[in-house]
Amino acid sequence: MSIASIGSVAASLVVLGVIITLVLNINNVADLTQMQFDSIQVYLQEDLNQNQIQEIGQSIALIEGIENVEYESKEQALKNMKERWGQQGYLLEFLENNPLPNSFIVHMESLEQADGIVAELQKLNGIDEIKYYKEIIENLLRIAKFIRTIGLVLILVLILVAMFIISNTIKLTLNARRQEINIMKYVGATNWFIRWPFVLEGVILGLAGAIIALVVVYFGYQFTFQVISERFTIVVSAYMISVKAMMSKTITMFTVLGAGVGALGSFISLRKHLRV
Amino acid sequence: MIEMKGVTKVYQKGVQALTNINLKIEKGEFVFLVGPSGAGKSTFIKLILKEEGPSEGKILIDNEDITELSRRRIPYLRRNIGVIFQDFRLLPNKTVFENVAFAMQIIEASSKDIRRQVPMVLGMVGLSERASQYPHQLSGGERQRVSIARAIVNNPSILIADEPTGNLDPETAWEIMKVLRQINRRGTTILMATHAKEIVDVMQQRVIALERGKIVRDQQRGAYGYED
Repeated sequence: MSIASIGSVAASLVVLGVIITLVLNINNVADLTQMQFDSIQVYLQEDLNQNQIQEIGQSIALIEGIENVEYESKEQALKNMKERWGQQGYLLEFLENNPLPNSFIVHMESLEQADGIVAELQKLNGIDEIKYYKEIIENLLRIAKFIRTIGLVLILVLILVAMFIISNTIKLTLNARRQEINIMKYVGATNWFIRWPFVLEGVILGLAGAIIALVVVYFGYQFTFQVISERFTIVVSAYMISVKAMMSKTITMFTVLGAGVGALGSFISLRKHLRV
Repeated sequence: MIEMKGVTKVYQKGVQALTNINLKIEKGEFVFLVGPSGAGKSTFIKLILKEEGPSEGKILIDNEDITELSRRRIPYLRRNIGVIFQDFRLLPNKTVFENVAFAMQIIEASSKDIRRQVPMVLGMVGLSERASQYPHQLSGGERQRVSIARAIVNNPSILIADEPTGNLDPETAWEIMKVLRQINRRGTTILMATHAKEIVDVMQQRVIALERGKIVRDQQRGAYGYED
């Protein structure tokens, strides 16, 4: 029964850890990308001459809410991509034609104005495609919220289960020591004197579960971190929160939750099975 | 010391265990509580120990009204009342010494006090040699004496004995009575519920007889009065 108790607490906390990992990382990615992508990339059509390009640039600059406009020629774009690809950059040299378009990079004053600016941009001629990332960010945040909601419900259920199991484990100890408790009551022991060993037992079970959960989360996260770093060279792993930061957030939370669930489970059992 | 005024106890199923009990037990008295099974002796004791509360009436212990005593304060009431039972109720995994010391640990007495007091009461009940033995190594009479030692180690003013000789042969029973009488002489009020006719008849102490929840007899230097 103790194993079941510890296991159930550990399970709830591990799920909590997974949820936290996902949510925190998604929020982190959203923050970072938001910082980098407060800009709209306007891809120009292929066969524009220099004058036309300049005209477009000036029209863009007139749009309200724009901080500045940068021009990125296709050559420059290719060069930048090669740099971003790092080790794999040499592959790009095999391209016969530069597939990248000329583009203007439009920096916005704030993300809120993106919709308005894009509407204005769409009115201009010579524009092939407008890439803007507000949607992606909003989608990310929506996914994060969804995961968080489902996660919380799941965790709540798991915690209730854990409390139930712990309460039953404590009941076993209560029954085993019933004779002793009976004598304690006749001799005049206070309620707390009788209660505390059982509360302690609950807290220990909860803490044990928390420790197991912390170990699992630590190794699990570290493993995930490594796998992602190895298989995705594009700097995805740079967007992930470091193992150290993740652990420092979870250690206190798990410890408190573990002990709390243990103590609560114990109290429930005491209230139900003991007339103290 | 123990006073009951108009005490009635009705249990939830409608069973009227005690009806209009009025009595007063003074400090230092030795009182026998007799009566057929089901007369209300156990209920009587439960009311004094606050295991149950009266449906009507008032109970005073040591001049304190305990009728409405809060749950929190019940342990403190019980620390002033020693109890011994027919089945001894010792902890099997503790030695004689530890069983008695248990009562002191519960009131958080210091180790020093425990080391001083426990041997003293063990001496009083004549069990000094048995201090490090376990209950299963003792005879019935010796076990009951351990219970007595535990019941008096914290110097309660009242000692309640619920059929203390029920599991003992007559000779051993008398040994127990001698111990109880000695404790009574030292000033402890004793209330003993019993079926032991011979003991009651010989002791010539106050006898309160209960029948169907009512006091039918309350005599100083009384006799048992029943034929069983």
